[in-house]
Amino acid sequence: MELSFEVRGLDFAAAGDAASKVKKALQQVGLEARTVRRVAIVAYEAEMNVVLHALKGILRARIEPTFVEIWAEDEGPGIPDIDVAMQEGYSTAPMEIREMGFGAGMGLTNIQRYSDLVVIRSRVGRGTDLLARVEVGGE
Amino acid sequence: MKLREVMEILQAEVIWGSHKLDQRVRCGIAGDLMSDVLAFGQPGGLLLTGLANTHVIHTAEVIDAVAIVFVRGKRPAPDVIEMASEKGIPILVTDNLLYRSCGLLYAAGLPGCQLGKCDLPVESDDEDARHHAAAVAKPG
Repeated sequence: MELSFEVRGLDFAAAGDAASKVKKALQQVGLEARTVRRVAIVAYEAEMNVVLHALKGILRARIEPTFVEIWAEDEGPGIPDIDVAMQEGYSTAPMEIREMGFGAGMGLTNIQRYSDLVVIRSRVGRGTDLLARVEVGGE
Repeated sequence: MKLREVMEILQAEVIWGSHKLDQRVRCGIAGDLMSDVLAFGQPGGLLLTGLANTHVIHTAEVIDAVAIVFVRGKRPAPDVIEMASEKGIPILVTDNLLYRSCGLLYAAGLPGCQLGKCDLPVESDDEDARHHAAAVAKPG
């Protein structure tokens, strides 16, 4: 099963809706609660990254019997140095976003923490593609 | 601990969810940074925060929090209350600051949510969890 959602940059009113729908779909197919939670956290952080940093993007969830993959593809500024961006606490988010409880440089850290595989490809000035895979029943 | 006790201990006002006060909370997680709450929250937990926007509701949903307490007298806007009611997550408001709120609940026996313990059964009450823990700990 595959789900797909459009995500718009800086649309804070809708931010989190896609991840919420992914979570509901996973619950409906009867995935165990821990895996549902891990995927929901990954999907939420990936969605927030698009909302906070990109112009627009698409969030996809691919649900298979043994794993779930979250894809976030965006059109935006891209990430000049992915290794630096992956560092806990590193953020380029402006203050108004931090005041909303996000943009503290924990997003990619959380995605990595709850995924079994993360692949990020980015082109500066074009956009970023993120793939995160969560194995069903994994830690 | 029941949500009703949380309300009494914090002298909190129930903004939405007064019909859910008999629900049990397993542990507490507090913070204004939702990414940290996502990282360390635990199913069945109580989320205490001074941040009062819709991201808090989304975050609570993702981590399967039982309820949210807004501290420092922060009253959520109508859109926040509406989202909480749609998702069925009770929200309370207390005038206590975050540190004091946590301290009062901790002193009354509500432990903190801990990383790596987020796979305890959500539905069962505390008694069940203790039996579960005892059974797991028993050798052989």
